[in-house]
Amino acid sequence: MSDELERLRDGLKSAPPAPDAAARARALKLAMESFDRIHDAAQETAQAARPMPDRPKRAGFLTGVRLMLSHLSPRATLAATASVAVIGLSLALYPTLRRDAVLPGAQPARVDGAPAAEATAPGAEARKAEAPAEIAAPPAIVEATPGADLRAAGAPAAGAPATTAPVPAADTSGAVSSLADSRREAEAPAAMPQAMEHEGGAQMAPAPLARSRESSAEVGGFAAPGFAPDALAPLPAPDTEAFANEDPNPVKIAAEEPVSTFSIDTDTASWPVVRSSLAAGMLPPREAVRIEEMVNYFPYGYPAPEAGGAPFRASVSLFPTPWNAGTRLLRIGIQGALPATDARPPLNLVFLIDTSGSMEDANKLPLLKQSFRLMLGQLRPEDRVAIVTYAGSAGLVLEPTPAADRGAIEGALDRLSAGGSTAGQEGLQQAYAVAEGMGAEGRVSRILLATDGDFNVGISDPGALKGFIAGKRESGIYLSVLGFGRGNLDDATMQALAQNGNGTAAYIDTLPEAQKVLVDQLSGALFPIADDVKVQVEFNPAAVAEYRLIGYETRALAREDFNNDRVDAGEIGAGHQVTALYEVTPAGSPARLSDPLRYGTAPEGGDASELGFLKLRWKAPGAAHSQLVETPIPAAPGEAGDDARFAAAIAGMGQLLSEPKYLGTWGWDEAIALAAGAKGDDPYGYRAEAVGLMRLAASLSR
Amino acid sequence: MRMQTPDEALASAAATGDRDAFAALLGRHYDRIFALAFRLTGSRAEAEDLTQDICLALPAKLGSWRGEARFTTWLYRVTVNAAHDRRRRAATRSRAADGWGDWEVNRRAGIAEEAAAQDWLVATMARLSPELRDTVALTLGEELSQREAAEVLGISEGTVAWRMSEVKKRLRALARAEGML
Repeated sequence: MSDELERLRDGLKSAPPAPDAAARARALKLAMESFDRIHDAAQETAQAARPMPDRPKRAGFLTGVRLMLSHLSPRATLAATASVAVIGLSLALYPTLRRDAVLPGAQPARVDGAPAAEATAPGAEARKAEAPAEIAAPPAIVEATPGADLRAAGAPAAGAPATTAPVPAADTSGAVSSLADSRREAEAPAAMPQAMEHEGGAQMAPAPLARSRESSAEVGGFAAPGFAPDALAPLPAPDTEAFANEDPNPVKIAAEEPVSTFSIDTDTASWPVVRSSLAAGMLPPREAVRIEEMVNYFPYGYPAPEAGGAPFRASVSLFPTPWNAGTRLLRIGIQGALPATDARPPLNLVFLIDTSGSMEDANKLPLLKQSFRLMLGQLRPEDRVAIVTYAGSAGLVLEPTPAADRGAIEGALDRLSAGGSTAGQEGLQQAYAVAEGMGAEGRVSRILLATDGDFNVGISDPGALKGFIAGKRESGIYLSVLGFGRGNLDDATMQALAQNGNGTAAYIDTLPEAQKVLVDQLSGALFPIADDVKVQVEFNPAAVAEYRLIGYETRALAREDFNNDRVDAGEIGAGHQVTALYEVTPAGSPARLSDPLRYGTAPEGGDASELGFLKLRWKAPGAAHSQLVETPIPAAPGEAGDDARFAAAIAGMGQLLSEPKYLGTWGWDEAIALAAGAKGDDPYGYRAEAVGLMRLAASLSR
Repeated sequence: MRMQTPDEALASAAATGDRDAFAALLGRHYDRIFALAFRLTGSRAEAEDLTQDICLALPAKLGSWRGEARFTTWLYRVTVNAAHDRRRRAATRSRAADGWGDWEVNRRAGIAEEAAAQDWLVATMARLSPELRDTVALTLGEELSQREAAEVLGISEGTVAWRMSEVKKRLRALARAEGML
């Protein structure tokens, strides 16, 4: 043992001072009172239908409170602890309830909390007061939803939001007022601010019965049963989603800025997010729309690379723009090689699974388990799997286990349960440590981070986290991020993590989506064939007046970064496809948006047979130096095939959902017609689904 | 006679309403809870409040006592969870009310009256993440084995081992930093 550890041990051994005798006596006295209350109450109501040796039935409701609190974001937790919720709502509702003559110990009356709160406090600053709750008569028992801000329910009677309520007079030790006291307070609303704001209310213990029962639910790990998640599910929670995006790329003038540089992006997360929004009857938030990810979601029939050459093949085509007769669309399609799956190297997979409370929804942890189970079927016996979870505390749930031992892996997956807040950083650190421990020559190591993106604990400095991941990139471990569920999807963090960790971000909202990402495209998702792939297009000012890259806003690179091998860029996995679309205005086209400069240098007359020159830089996986692939782009437009027209329709859809200013009068009807006519053979129905979603979006935007 | 009764038996009796058993149990363990609370929080006031919260809650919590673990393990878990909840609430307040963190602030303000050794402890604990603090409080402060600490924290033994190696790493880094001053 190291000296420092010894020193820490000695320090900690001697650290605690002797307990203060008065504090000790006070605490013991309070404990005995608490004990008596519980057991006296239990005797008095022994006749009530209540199984005695077990906790009172109503403890189940309090379990709900506890779970609700564990679901609250820290911000909301600040506002309301259980005891405050209990007292606040019982105060607000007591007069109503008393009319119903609900006696203590009787079966609790159920009251819809939100309307009641509004009714008793009209004109309240009902900040997110959507907390519909089940309220029982005193002792009040509250069950509410994740994310509910209970402050608003109780505070309004004070005439001000709770945060500004006067400083409390109640002291922890003296706060244990009797039930009668709390009733008196209920009839005197003026007492409320005092009850509402005491250090976030945490130490308040005004209604003893409720308080102690709440506490009984507080022992994590003991209180799980008796909780009905469906009571929590359908209620609106405050939306804390964050999306990564930039302003749409502007039109560039080829004579002034002939070079366009960006990083490859094989993410597809944006499409499922857009889909889940539309399916829920809402237009997606603008920032959630990343056109390149929507276009890349769909499979296209690009020619496969030739054996012996680069591991991918780029093909370019030029065709008329559907929304503008005066411009052309330049499509760059990249097809990654698909190595024979028998020849693939064995895998080390670390599932890093977010088991925080917010993951409890059916479309999060349960879907995640099903998804990973689907994927296990694709692994080979020599592949190895480890599972690390993080929620409040990070932990290694499954030691590195050969995929052949599927029972053990499935067992570990089954045992996962959601609860606690999210210690994302510690989880990531441990996952990298595990992956490093599994590392061996010839194996591909990858961390699959599954989360709803709620990294709320443990990240003191997002910049440092990115730096940590970027540093780990050098170790050859890939990081992929799988997003689950909506509500607090932190798309921005997910993007940042995946981009910095040499990986992809995908969003999984349904089991078929899991099938697509984790089974059909497993090899692509897990086996990189080219790292740091950068695209640079130099436009020929003689042939091109203006150009505009559609999408890739978050992937822009500086012109000089193209040749700098130290600048990170996107990866291409086995069989991946990447599509980039430029809208190009040919020289002399009436569709040109900018006027030529009177005093600027006129474009040279030069050869206009080439539209531009395409350069791709890539590294073999793990290599430090890049290789260059170049190809000229012919200026003669061709016929648009199904794939080209469908990609254009999706790009149009993306623009309609984000920034339609370049589309003129082209709208949803045209997009639908274009996509419907370009479905091709569509074996899995992805394109048909897209047409359906366009129709939905068209209706929603009217 | 009560003095010889094992904790587990007292707990079971207390859970079914035996007042004397509960009093004996709490009297026996108050100091232990307080010591752990102090090691977890690093502040006397915080530790007293936390211990009192636990005392208040204990009668109800005993309702979930099933005698499946050693009583001390169960009690440690209750304490760690209560500290965790308290910390989570504190973390959301605008001021950082984290005890060890407060201490660090106070120390910097020159208010610390502790001896130099204590100062080192405070500075060191303040630099560990809450998870690592909990872990060292149990393994070093309470001298639990890694297996016992894992049981209390509800994590795997491997995770405790990993955390302790993290602690060692940070201590070494701290020592290096001190050496450079």
